[in-house]
Amino acid sequence: MSATHPPYPLGAAPAPSLETRGAVRAGDALDVRALPSYGFGASSLMWWGTLGVMAIEGTVFAMAAVAYFYLRTQADEWPLGVPPPKLLWGTLNTLILLASAIPNQWAKRAAQRHDLEGVRRALPICIAFAVAFIVVRAFEFTTLECRWDTNAYGSIVWMLLGLHTTHLLTDFADTAVLAVLMFTGPLEGKRFADVAENAVYWDFVVLAWLPIYAVIYWAPRF
Amino acid sequence: MTDAYVAMPEPAAAQALERTWRDPPGFLGWLAAVNHKSIGRRFIVTAFGFFVAAGLLAAVMRLQLSRPDNHIVGPDLYNRIFTLHGTAMMFLFAVPVMQAMAVYLVPLMIGTRSTAFPRMTAYAYWVYLFGGLMIFIAFLLAMGPDNGWFNYVPLSGPQYSSGKRSDFWAQLITFTEVSGLLVSVDIITTVFKLRAPGMTLARMPLFVWAMLVTAFMIIFAMPAVMLSSTMLIMDRLVGTHFFNPADGGDPLLWQHLFWFFGHPEVYFIFIPALGFMSSIIATFARRPIFGHTAMVLALIATAFFAFGLWVHHMFATNVPDLGKAFFTAMSLMIAIPSAVQIFCWIATLWKGRLYMTSALLFTLGFFFILVIGGLTGLILGSVPLDLQVHDSYFVVAHLHYVLIGGAVFPLFGAWYYWFPKITGRLMDERLGRWNFWLFFIAFNVTFYPMHHLGLEGMPRRVYTYAAATGWGPLNLLASVGAVVIALSVLLFIVNAVKSLRSGELAGPNPWRAPSLEWAADSPPAAYDFAAIPVVASREPLWDARPAPSHVTGLATDVREGVSTTVIDALPDHRYTFPSPTPWTFLAAVATTVMFISSIFTPWAVVWGSIPIIITLIAWFWPTREETAKHLALEKRP
Ligand code: HEM
Ligand SMILES: [Cu+2]
Repeated sequence: MSATHPPYPLGAAPAPSLETRGAVRAGDALDVRALPSYGFGASSLMWWGTLGVMAIEGTVFAMAAVAYFYLRTQADEWPLGVPPPKLLWGTLNTLILLASAIPNQWAKRAAQRHDLEGVRRALPICIAFAVAFIVVRAFEFTTLECRWDTNAYGSIVWMLLGLHTTHLLTDFADTAVLAVLMFTGPLEGKRFADVAENAVYWDFVVLAWLPIYAVIYWAPRF
Repeated sequence: MTDAYVAMPEPAAAQALERTWRDPPGFLGWLAAVNHKSIGRRFIVTAFGFFVAAGLLAAVMRLQLSRPDNHIVGPDLYNRIFTLHGTAMMFLFAVPVMQAMAVYLVPLMIGTRSTAFPRMTAYAYWVYLFGGLMIFIAFLLAMGPDNGWFNYVPLSGPQYSSGKRSDFWAQLITFTEVSGLLVSVDIITTVFKLRAPGMTLARMPLFVWAMLVTAFMIIFAMPAVMLSSTMLIMDRLVGTHFFNPADGGDPLLWQHLFWFFGHPEVYFIFIPALGFMSSIIATFARRPIFGHTAMVLALIATAFFAFGLWVHHMFATNVPDLGKAFFTAMSLMIAIPSAVQIFCWIATLWKGRLYMTSALLFTLGFFFILVIGGLTGLILGSVPLDLQVHDSYFVVAHLHYVLIGGAVFPLFGAWYYWFPKITGRLMDERLGRWNFWLFFIAFNVTFYPMHHLGLEGMPRRVYTYAAATGWGPLNLLASVGAVVIALSVLLFIVNAVKSLRSGELAGPNPWRAPSLEWAADSPPAAYDFAAIPVVASREPLWDARPAPSHVTGLATDVREGVSTTVIDALPDHRYTFPSPTPWTFLAAVATTVMFISSIFTPWAVVWGSIPIIITLIAWFWPTREETAKHLALEKRP
């Protein structure tokens, strides 16, 4: 290889000042010692990772909903040979899920304040809600009026409900593990960011339920 | 100036960094490794292994087809062979190898020391490895799938495909998708949050853009096939009716979901290859890529269009005509961003001073092959012509022109180009040229005649044909070509092994390339950069050193890096990376047990989840020692 330096001008634009959040210029170097050692929200890598996971799962839900309507276009009657699911348990669960956003918000706010006591108060309440909606979910399956192997309608509603239930279970497990950790330690500041991100995921599971609820319970009524 | 870009730390600090960042010793340490280079290397080698294995299957097919009325391989075995060839090439080689290159190179190119979630990357690797082994073992046990790489229902459904063959296929998809999706999340976060201070999005190398765009595509495309393969396995194992028309299901649902993924899939193979090309062309033309911004926009546009194209694989079905017209138009539209990129490269090559190396040769081979592949694609993209050649060898020819020309050639170029970075030694250029010319000529000899065979009516996926068809001579030609391709790949392996032992020492930047990975040692130290660089331009190693030129103040006894803001790459916080752990490996084993057992009993999904949960908790649970170290460095935001 030739050792000559490439023959075009040096294009280095002046950098914007990199001295943000406590980073300072020290001679030839940028000293980052004073930067925070973790961050919340869009600053945190975990937050982006969670967002990525939510994008994947959101796409799965959306595809499953599309499959539901696709199968419906192929059918002469809908639901196929069974009545629409009864509204009671599903609607009750929607209310529980929406209500669970409140203690979840407490947990998030407490975490952002680094308020350990507050986190320790809020997380068990979240878990209680999780237990409640998982139990009610079991009743929901009984109101579908069909089994997964009854016909394609049964298959897709079981799948939609099953997919969301998996999220309830993982959300419950994540929160439970985190809660235990917040009581037993070992603790460091970053754990508060974990609690805040767990709350973001919780909100996703709640919000994702609303369209699924509409599809399972209301779409067959129109 | 290039070589001294990154300030050398004191030797003591370098030793401390090395101790902190290297993999733990011993076999257990090997299982616990999370360093992105260790995982990236394993990933690349494994994917190459699957390429060779799938290539050997292709060799068997060509042997069988080399003359009419041949009976070396019977129809059933032939079905399993082409299915595994296609499946392994697509799911175990082409997509993962691109992600593997990203895992190795992206952190080096953006000036950090690790990907964002190294444990997750390690887990993704193991899951991928185990999934791949599973499908090959199933093949050897005569339980390999046999319905083609897109496994259409109803052929693959419970009525027509008994035994476990189709279920293995469906679970392979689960394995590879879990792995691919996790790596995508990892790459996106790495690119958004770990770029060296000053590397604004506008200064990010095109290679990194390509990997970022690909990761996004994977996130939105792979869920479709994961969902459909789950539906399939449920139809087969628990009696659901997603694809069963007798009970309200619809086989076309499979096709829609599969191709909603399958068409973009071609682009997750192709777009990273575009990234390789941009790196290689800029370096050997000795000038920045012409029209950098246009290139970025073209990458993004290609990704968008790719999602509007799935129905063109279904022209032979009863999709409404207006829909077909729309998709024909979309198929032609996607040519526009591709043309933009090709013109930008040609302009770069035109204005540059070319250094002809094996890496550049392979890249240039792409142009020639792609022109032919692209043209045949235009034919397939229009409805009437597609019906004419549908399911014929024309399609086989087209698909290999696109995949081998569009991805495998640039990939080999990339291997020649980055081999010195990864191993510290240059590959032999003379063997490299032989490798290129043999591959290039043999590739055309193998696949060009298949266009004619297709037009003459030879269907794909037939295990033999009668002498009276007159297809014998062209098939023989194609088979001879395939043998020579195999030789050229063998030559590549010989070259790699020989160069690994006694190749010329490369030094940090043998090609005088512009991007940051060439500022690190070759092979890079465990910590990648002695000091994290500061960046002020698109071609940092070609330009004046900015001031400040590097970062100080990071711990040496903990895996620490700088996290920066998404757009402007301003310092945001110090990020501590997780340390090695065997739990990622154990979690992958638990996952494998669950996935494979669920082929045999649906209850495995329940009991099989328990070990997964346990291993995941153990993986997540922080140790006191680690926490103490973190507390010593802690500063609240
Ligand atoms: C290296 C040399 C290769 C040779 C000689 C070769 C040969 C073949 C042949 C003969 C078939 C047709 C089988 C049939 O329809 O009867 C085939 C199918 C296929 N090949 Fe290759 N191939 C090669 C590389 C690749 C690569 C690199 C990829 C992908 C990255 C690939 C992907 C496929 C796919 C997807 C199919 C369709 C399988 C199916 O019909 O389900 N091949 N190949
Ligand atoms: Cu396509």
